[in-house]
Amino acid sequence: MATTTIAPAERENYLNKEYGLGSWLLTTDHKRIALLYLISITFFFFIGGFFALLIRLELLTPAGDLVQADTYNKLFTQHGQVMVFFFLIPSIPAVLGNFLVPMMIGAKDLAFPRINLLSWYLYIAGGALMMHAMLTGGVDTGWTFYTPFSTAFSNTKVIEAGLAIFIAGFSSILTGLNFVVTIHRMRAPGMTWSRLPLFIWAHYATSIIQILGTPVIAITLVLVVAERALHLGIFDPKLGGDPLLFQHLFWFYSHPAVYIMILPSMGVVSEIIACFARKRIFGYTFVAISSLSIAVFGFLVWAHHMFVAGISVYAALVFSLLSYSVAVPSAIKVFNWTATLYKGSIHYDAPMLYAFGFLGLFTIGGLTGLFLACLGVDMHVHDTYFVIAHFHYIMVGGALMGYLGGMHFWWPKISGKLYPEGWARLAALIVFIGFNLTFFPQFILGYLGMPRRYYQYPPEFQVLNVLSTAGATVLGIGYLLPMIYFLWSMRYGKPAPDNPWNAAGLEWQTQSPPTTFNFEKEPVVTWEAYNYDEIDAGHKEEVPVVG
Amino acid sequence: MAGNVDALFIFLVIISGLMTLLIFGAVIYFAARYRHQRGVQAEQIEGSTPLEVTWSIIPLAVFMVIFAWGAVVYFKSRTPPRDATEVYVVAKQWMWKMEHAEGQREINELHVPVGRDVKLIMTSQDVIHSFFVPAFRMKQDVLPGRYTVAWFRATQPGTYHLFCSQYCGTQHSGMIGSIIVMEPAQYEAWMSGGSTGPLSATGEKLFAELGCSTCHRTDTQGRGPNLQGVFGKPVLLQDGRTVTADENYIRESILDPGAKIVNGFKPVMPTFQGLVSEEQLNALVAYVKSLSPAAQSATKTANAAPQGSGTQVQ
Amino acid sequence: MRVTKRRSPLSDSNVAVQTSVHEDVHRPELLHHFADPQQQRNSASLGMWIFLATEVMFFGGLFCAYLIYRNWYYADFAAASKSINAALGGTNTAVLICSSLTVVLAIWAAETSRRALMLAMLALTMFFGLGFLGIKGVEYHDKFVEHHVPGPSFSFEHEQIPGHPGQYANPQHAEIFFALYFIMTGLHALHMIVGLGIFTWLFVMAWKGRFTPEYHTPLEIGGLYWHFVDIIWIYLFPLLYLIDRHP
Repeated sequence: MATTTIAPAERENYLNKEYGLGSWLLTTDHKRIALLYLISITFFFFIGGFFALLIRLELLTPAGDLVQADTYNKLFTQHGQVMVFFFLIPSIPAVLGNFLVPMMIGAKDLAFPRINLLSWYLYIAGGALMMHAMLTGGVDTGWTFYTPFSTAFSNTKVIEAGLAIFIAGFSSILTGLNFVVTIHRMRAPGMTWSRLPLFIWAHYATSIIQILGTPVIAITLVLVVAERALHLGIFDPKLGGDPLLFQHLFWFYSHPAVYIMILPSMGVVSEIIACFARKRIFGYTFVAISSLSIAVFGFLVWAHHMFVAGISVYAALVFSLLSYSVAVPSAIKVFNWTATLYKGSIHYDAPMLYAFGFLGLFTIGGLTGLFLACLGVDMHVHDTYFVIAHFHYIMVGGALMGYLGGMHFWWPKISGKLYPEGWARLAALIVFIGFNLTFFPQFILGYLGMPRRYYQYPPEFQVLNVLSTAGATVLGIGYLLPMIYFLWSMRYGKPAPDNPWNAAGLEWQTQSPPTTFNFEKEPVVTWEAYNYDEIDAGHKEEVPVVG
Repeated sequence: MAGNVDALFIFLVIISGLMTLLIFGAVIYFAARYRHQRGVQAEQIEGSTPLEVTWSIIPLAVFMVIFAWGAVVYFKSRTPPRDATEVYVVAKQWMWKMEHAEGQREINELHVPVGRDVKLIMTSQDVIHSFFVPAFRMKQDVLPGRYTVAWFRATQPGTYHLFCSQYCGTQHSGMIGSIIVMEPAQYEAWMSGGSTGPLSATGEKLFAELGCSTCHRTDTQGRGPNLQGVFGKPVLLQDGRTVTADENYIRESILDPGAKIVNGFKPVMPTFQGLVSEEQLNALVAYVKSLSPAAQSATKTANAAPQGSGTQVQ
Repeated sequence: MRVTKRRSPLSDSNVAVQTSVHEDVHRPELLHHFADPQQQRNSASLGMWIFLATEVMFFGGLFCAYLIYRNWYYADFAAASKSINAALGGTNTAVLICSSLTVVLAIWAAETSRRALMLAMLALTMFFGLGFLGIKGVEYHDKFVEHHVPGPSFSFEHEQIPGHPGQYANPQHAEIFFALYFIMTGLHALHMIVGLGIFTWLFVMAWKGRFTPEYHTPLEIGGLYWHFVDIIWIYLFPLLYLIDRHP
C-alpha cells in the first residue's frame, strides 16, 4: 500500500471531532479512553519513578542517612505498588490495547464502550485513593503485604492501600473482559483467528489472566482489610490463623500478574519486528500458542515465591519443576523473533531499537529466572537484590521497552505527528545503557548477600550500589527524553502519513489520526497477517517514509 | 554445602552466558548482515516445525538437569543430620535471640565450632523474619506460631554476616548479626564462660514448676501420655491418624492440646497458651527431646505446618 | 445504502454481517458499533459469562480458605456450624431456587409476549430476593445476640463438639469459622442486593415495554447473574450449615 500524500487541511479525526472536557470525560471512543489512560499512567509512572529516585539516592551510602527507616520502608512499598498496579499492569493493554485492538480486527469500537469508560474511572478512583493513602501516612508493608505484619503490626494506611488496589483490580478485570468479547465477536469478515496479528493473541492471553487471576487478589485484599479492621485471625497465628495461607492466595494472582505485564509487550515486539524486518514472524502459530501457554502455565507456579517460606520440600519440588515448564514458551518466542531477522530486510528505526533492546534484556531477565526456579540457588538468592535485578530486567527491560517501542511505532497513528527520529534513537540507546548499569550490578549484590528492602547495608556493598545509582540517573534521562519530544511533536512534529512505516495491519489502513469510527467501510480481510511480501512487491526502494 | 550451591550457580552462569552470547550474537549478526538494501527484499519464511521442536526439547532437557541438580542440593540443605548440635532461635522485631542446647544465650551473635553440624530450631515472636547467612548459602524464613528448621556446617573459622531477609518492619535492615565460627578449642573455652546450664535442664525445672509431671508420669498411671522416648517416634491419635512427635508437635501439644488427642487418653490437658514464653517453650521442647535416648532430633522435623493445625502462640 | 448479507452457516468464525441501514431505525436498541443485533446479543451473553467466571474466582478464594480451615479445625467448625440455624438456611435455599424458577418464567414470558406474566414473575423474583435477605437478617441478628459475631464481644465458651461429649470447641478456631461465615454470606448478600437493583431496573424496562420476543437480552443476562448468585448459595449452604449434622 502506497503512502498517502499529506493532506493540507486538517481532516476530521477522533481528536478534533469534539472539544471540551466533557467530550473527553464522557467519551466512549476507545481511542480517547486510551489517551485518558496514557495521561493517568504516565502520572503514576512519575510518582513511582520519584520513589525509585529517592531509594537509589539513599542507597548511595551504607548508612541510613537520607531518610528515616520508616520513610524508606514506605518508599519501596509505594514504589512497588504504584509501579505494579498503577503503571505496569494497565500500561500496554489500557493504552495501546484499547487504542489498537478494535482497529486491528476491523471493528468500530470495543464490545462494551461504556464499560471501557467505567474501567478508566475505576482506575482513577483506585489511584486517587492510593494517592490519598500515600499522602496521609503512606504504607510500609512491602508491595507484597505479608501477614501478620500487614494485618496486626503495621501502623500505616494498609486498609486504604488495599482498597485502592482492590478498586483498580476491577479496572483490570473489565478491560480483560472487554478484550476477550471483542476478539471473539467483533472481528471483521475474513479476519479469522489465524489471520490475527500476534498483538491480538498476546492481549487475548493477557486478558485471560486478568479475568481469572485478579479476582483472587481482590478477595485476598478483602480478607486482609477485614482482618485488620476487625482483628480477625484468618492469617494470624496468635489467633489460630496461618500466615502462609495469605502468601498462597497472594501469589496465586501475583505470579500470573507478571505475565499480564510481559505478554502485551511481547505482542508489541512481534508487530515491530515484523514491520522493520519486512517479513512475517517466523513460527507465527508457535508464537501465538506460546502466548496462551504462558497464560495457562503461569497459573501453576505461584509457590516458587515461597521456597524458603516454610512449605514442604515436596511442594517445593513440584513448583520448581512447573516453573521450568513456563520458561519454555518464553524461550520459543525469543528464538522465533531472532529467526525472523534471518533474511529479513532490517531497518533501524527507533521502534526496532527498542525491540532489539527488549530481546537482549528479556533474554537476560528470563535466564535469571532459571536461577530463581532452581531450588538450590533460590535458597541463597531469595529476598536479595538478585531477585530485584531479575524482575526489573523483565519488567523494565522487557515490558517497559516494549511499551516505549510501541508508543514510538504507533505514535504517528495516535497523534498524527511524527516524533523526531534522531532523538528517539538516542533515547533508546540511553535507556539501554542506563538500564544495564542500574540493574546488572544488582545481580552481583544479590549473590554477595545484600538483602532486599534494606536502607542501610554493610560497607562492602557500597561500590555496586553507587554504580547502580549512577545507572539510574542515566536511565531517568532516557525516560525523560521521549516524554519531552512526544509532547514537542504534538505541536511541532511533521504531520504523519496514514502509514509511515508501510506496515501490515488493519490499523494502518485508517487515517492518521483515525476518525472516530475508525473505518469508512467495514474491511473485508482476504490476506494473511504480516503480508509484507505483498506490501513490498513492486517497491524496489521500500524504505519507509519517516521524518 | 555452600560449595554445592556455588557449583550449581556457576553452571547456571555458564549456561546463561552461552545462551546470552548466542542470542545477542544472532541478533547483532542478523541485524547487520540483513540490513535493508536497495532492491533486496526480505524472504518470507513461514517457520520450521523441526526447528521449533528442537529448540523446545533441548532447553527443556537442560532445564530438567538444572531442576534435578537444584532439587538435590535443596533436599540436602533441608535435611539436618541426625546428631547435629541444636540451637534454638527466637526472632523478634528486631533482634535474634539464640539459645544453645547447652544453655548459653546470645543476642544477634551465634558462636559455633568449625566442622560441627549445627541445627537451628527457629520461631518468631511476632512477624515473619528470615535467617540468612550469605556465606553459608543458607536461608530459612522464621514464622510465628511454629518452628522452622535449618542447618549448616561451617568449614572455615571467621565471622560471617547474619541478615534478616524477610521484611519485618522499621528496623528490618538493622536486624543483623554475626555467626562466629571458632576452632574447637576456642569454642570450648567460650562455652565454659558462664551459662545457666543446659536448656533441657531449664526445661526439666519448668516441667515440674508448671505441673506437667502431675499427669505426664513416668509410669502408665498418668492422665497424660508418658513422655519417655516419645520424641521422634510415631504417635497414634484418637481419630486414627498417626503423626510424628517432632518439635512442632510438642509445641502444639502445649499450646493447643485439644488439636491432637493421643489414643487412649481423655482430652483433659489445659492449654498453656499465654502462660509460657517462646524461650520457655524451647526449654520444654528441649527437655522432652532429652527424654529420648539416641535420636535427639527427628531428621524430618517438619518445615511444613504440622498436619491439621495452625499452631498457636502466646 | 449497504446490502443485507446473510452470514454463511459454514463460515469459520463468528464474524460480523453487514446490515442494511433501515434496520437501525426499527432497532433503536442496536448499538452503533455492532454490525447486527445477533452480534450484540452474542457479545452481551459472552460478556456476562466471562463476568460470572470472575465471580467464581472471587468466591473461589474464600471457598479455598474456608475448606482449608475446615479441614484443619473440623471439630471446632462442626460445633460452630451446629449453632447456625439450618432450618432458616434451608428455607433460604428453597426461596432462592424458587426465585431462579421465576426468572426463567419471566424470560419465557418475554419470549412469548406475555407481558403480564413477565411483570409478575419479575416482581415475584424480587419478592423472593427480599425474602432471602429478610431471613438472612434474622440469622445475623441471632448471631449478634449470641455473641457469635467476631470481634471484641465474641464468645464461644463451653460449646460441645458434636459427637464428643466432654470435649469443647476451641473458641479461636470457632471465631475463624464465624469470620468466614460472615464474610462469605455477607459477600453473597451484597451480590443479592446488587441483583435486586438490577431486577428493579429490568422491571422498569419491562414495564415500559422495552422487551419483545426479538429483544430481551437484558433479561437474559440479568437472569444469568441471578442464577449465579443462586448457585453460590447452593454451595454455601451445605458447606456452612451442614457440617456433621445428624437427623
